[in-house]
Amino acid sequence: MRERKLKLVITFPSTTQAIAMEKKCGENGAAGRLIPVPRQISAGCGIAWCAEVSEREYLEEFLGEFGVQYEHIYEIKI
Amino acid sequence: MIYFDQAATSFHRPPQVADAVRDALLTFGNASRSTHPASMASARMIYETRQLLAELFCAPGPERVSFTSGATESLNLVIGSLLEPNDHVITTALDHNSVLRPLYRKEKEGVELTVIPADRDGRISYQELEGCMRAGTKALICTHASNVTGNLLDIERLGEICRRHDVIFVLDASQTAGIVPIDMSACNIGALCFTGHKSLMGPQGTGGICLAEWLSLKPVKVGGSGFASEQKEQPPVMPEVLEAGTLNGHGIAGLHAALRWIQEQGTENLRRRELSLAQRFYEGIAGIPGVRVYGDFTSWDRCAVVSFTVGDCDSGAVSTMLWEEAEIACRSGMHCAYPMHQALGTESQGTVRFSFSHFNTEEEVDRAVCAVKKLGEDLV
Repeated sequence: MRERKLKLVITFPSTTQAIAMEKKCGENGAAGRLIPVPRQISAGCGIAWCAEVSEREYLEEFLGEFGVQYEHIYEIKI
Repeated sequence: MIYFDQAATSFHRPPQVADAVRDALLTFGNASRSTHPASMASARMIYETRQLLAELFCAPGPERVSFTSGATESLNLVIGSLLEPNDHVITTALDHNSVLRPLYRKEKEGVELTVIPADRDGRISYQELEGCMRAGTKALICTHASNVTGNLLDIERLGEICRRHDVIFVLDASQTAGIVPIDMSACNIGALCFTGHKSLMGPQGTGGICLAEWLSLKPVKVGGSGFASEQKEQPPVMPEVLEAGTLNGHGIAGLHAALRWIQEQGTENLRRRELSLAQRFYEGIAGIPGVRVYGDFTSWDRCAVVSFTVGDCDSGAVSTMLWEEAEIACRSGMHCAYPMHQALGTESQGTVRFSFSHFNTEEEVDRAVCAVKKLGEDLV
């Protein structure tokens, strides 16, 4: 069975905000990638940002600095 | 063919537009539904197009730009969402059926509608318009430019009037988006409805709504959103609240290429070129006996549109002769703007409308002037 790892997952109120996150991260060298929203968080589809848990502090500041609207930040095994 | 029907739809486009649509057809998945490369390629292109449009119209940001199939759908969505029975709404005689018909329908549902009349040159009185505003006036919904005469409405002034009376200003920018500067914020525009296939030179089937931050709309269309699928209602978040179903990613890719090209060329340069061609045509035909030009030409701060009649000839017959004798493509008739023709006195004859693109040439214009002169000699 494939090992599940603890990851930081950020959810957004809309797909457009998730794409905005990817674009701003790409432009500013922030780590991570878009993934389908894990089912532990929501069964309702959508796109989330996934990064290492060690990036939490940096990404929290990043979200504020670049005005990306997000819903929640989770640390979950995926 | 000499194409002078730009106000109906672009014919000449930068080659990058068709290339972008072809590339998108070959590479795009369904945006916002997955994170695989094909889906993300479409989603990224759509997001960048929202950014370019927000920049062009000084909209609050990419998340305030929703895509639709064109200005007609945009206006139907805004009008359908905004107006309730007993609201009062104002429009003008310059407006197109894409504004008027949704409003006439609302009128049947109990909305009170005021249509500000136009004079024989197609001008409205701003004082009269302001005088019609009262308690209960919910919105002013009007065009930026007449598609018949090419005359602009002063949207800064209209926005200021709306601000004074706490009325929502909804602008139909079908004739101006991409060629005449529009600053949503400076003009106090609540909702800007645009089409992608005219001066923006994108493919047909593209367009959208830019919404001010202070205005929210309830969804008229509902369906798939790609997120919050467990909810029974459309997620109330911009821009997706107005975008149920799969977006026209292939068309939006073409619009993206067109916006990039416009950005490179500079709107002012394109507009100057278009207007110089329209002016050359106007000056060439204005003095021809029997030819009558309609609208206000005291200023060239207008759209590159010249509407005229030849004697008392049916405008449709004139446009057919122009095609058969000179291979000129233009538009005749009512232009889906009957109240404007009533104001101009052309409701039975219609007008022949020439609308110019910066891709047209002086030689094409000169050939058109000769063709109209010949018709003037033959028909009057």
